[in-house]
Amino acid sequence: MVEVKNLTKCYGDIKAVDDISFTVEAGEILGFLGPNGAGKSTTMNMITGYISSTSGTVTIDGSEILENPKETKSKIGYLPEIPPLYVDMTVRKYLEFMYDLKRVKLPKKEHIAEVMRLVRIDDHSERIIKHLSKGYRQRVGFAQALLGNPPVLILDEPTVGLDPKQIIEIRKLIKSLGKKHTIIFSSHVLSEISATCDRILVISEGKIVADAKSGELSGEVYGKQTLSLVIDGSPAAVVSEINKIPDVIRTEKLRDNGDGTAAYSVEYSTGADIRRDVFNAMARIGCPILDMQSGNEKLEDMFLKLTSGSGRNGGKI
Amino acid sequence: MTAILKRELYAHFSSATAYVVLAVYFFFSGIFFNTYCVSYNTASLAGVFGNMFYIIMFIIPIITMKTFAEEKKQKTDQALLTSPAGLAEIVFGKFLGSFVLYALCCCIFLVYALVIAFFTTPDWAVILCTFLGILLLGASLIAINVFISSLTESMVVAAVVGMGAGLVISMTGYFATIIQVEWISSAIKKISFMDYYQNFTYGILNIVDVVFFLSVTVLFLFFTARVLERRRWS
Repeated sequence: MVEVKNLTKCYGDIKAVDDISFTVEAGEILGFLGPNGAGKSTTMNMITGYISSTSGTVTIDGSEILENPKETKSKIGYLPEIPPLYVDMTVRKYLEFMYDLKRVKLPKKEHIAEVMRLVRIDDHSERIIKHLSKGYRQRVGFAQALLGNPPVLILDEPTVGLDPKQIIEIRKLIKSLGKKHTIIFSSHVLSEISATCDRILVISEGKIVADAKSGELSGEVYGKQTLSLVIDGSPAAVVSEINKIPDVIRTEKLRDNGDGTAAYSVEYSTGADIRRDVFNAMARIGCPILDMQSGNEKLEDMFLKLTSGSGRNGGKI
Repeated sequence: MTAILKRELYAHFSSATAYVVLAVYFFFSGIFFNTYCVSYNTASLAGVFGNMFYIIMFIIPIITMKTFAEEKKQKTDQALLTSPAGLAEIVFGKFLGSFVLYALCCCIFLVYALVIAFFTTPDWAVILCTFLGILLLGASLIAINVFISSLTESMVVAAVVGMGAGLVISMTGYFATIIQVEWISSAIKKISFMDYYQNFTYGILNIVDVVFFLSVTVLFLFFTARVLERRRWS
């Protein structure tokens, strides 16, 4: 559906995006992950034709963005990082304008009403956009991208600046839209991407550093799994006991908490589940487990590892 | 294009801009009408039209300053440039939006003509010709100011530079007289807006004048489209 080939963007000597290639299948939700300034927005701006690439091609559903801009652009719904809202208009007026601008062929009134219902701004349709809160503005931006039911949706950090409840709503919305649309959305928040996407692209300093199904990222592809523990008991005994468990690769004491308890990190081989073994082992030696956490924050570490190159400190590109 | 035109008109008329511009324009044209026609007891609007040039020079940058500068600042240009609308359409829609407001301002002259018609028979040929002239002059100045607006992110800069450009344009005739070198002077005279405009106020409909203003308009709209295009490629 979306095919990006050798996409490069240079600003003077700086390569903001460096030879990126990937394809997204129809109906796939692709997460675009990377720290600020990694080139996410630049890439998205090139995919949508807002800026041109220095070299490389973007093909949407068979048509190339620079060769055939009109047709290609009509297949994309784009929500930029800052929603492009005319704040002096009411929500309905604005959506009517965008409807005309995009030359949507669907029945106007019904379609706009449907889109407003979908992003749940139908109660606010007569309000002037500048009086809306950030969350509602984001939804209006969303509605604008959805007009005309474009097959491809490009969303640039759609949840930034929203409160937790709104974030969950937007995520749900993206998930539900993923059934009908091909979606590329960017974020620098890992948990968000892994909660919503089928596939993750990690981008750093303009390059793709990882491409994986979201479940695979922490495990098979990138290293071992870990378990974080806080255990009450003698560290030496705890470490030696945990090390006896099959599949454990390494046990490390992170710190003493001073009250007889200590924090540990246990690395174990991928695919195994050692939580019960750890519990049983600790029960055997009479050291109560006060805290046990598996898995996910490892993703955070992996992310840092992947993206902490010899840093070009970027602002937004 | 109609979408953008509608949006521009909405922006003008939902804010104070359109009303302030109309009021200022009506006020000054009224003063000139009173000074040149009512006080001198003449049916010729030539004096009014001649002086309106200076008002137009200040009004037009105010009308156009928002067109592209504000879009860029608010990042709403992303919506325009990623829509299926082409650059030409966007630029022309923006231009028309400003032009329609300006044309509404100019309609006040038809009212003055009607006032004159109460007392005597106005020279309709002269009035309509001048009306056309003032529209064409406005179109070319609007195109220049839309172009200036596309160069900056700040409305204030766009307006100030636009007014400066207007002043220079109004003074080209004067420059032509003080420059001693013959060919430079005659070249400058060839681009003097005032000279072309004045022909209209005499009631002379000259194809050269019409073509001059139309080509300036098209040229600067073309430049505007180039600026937007270049921004994508830089």
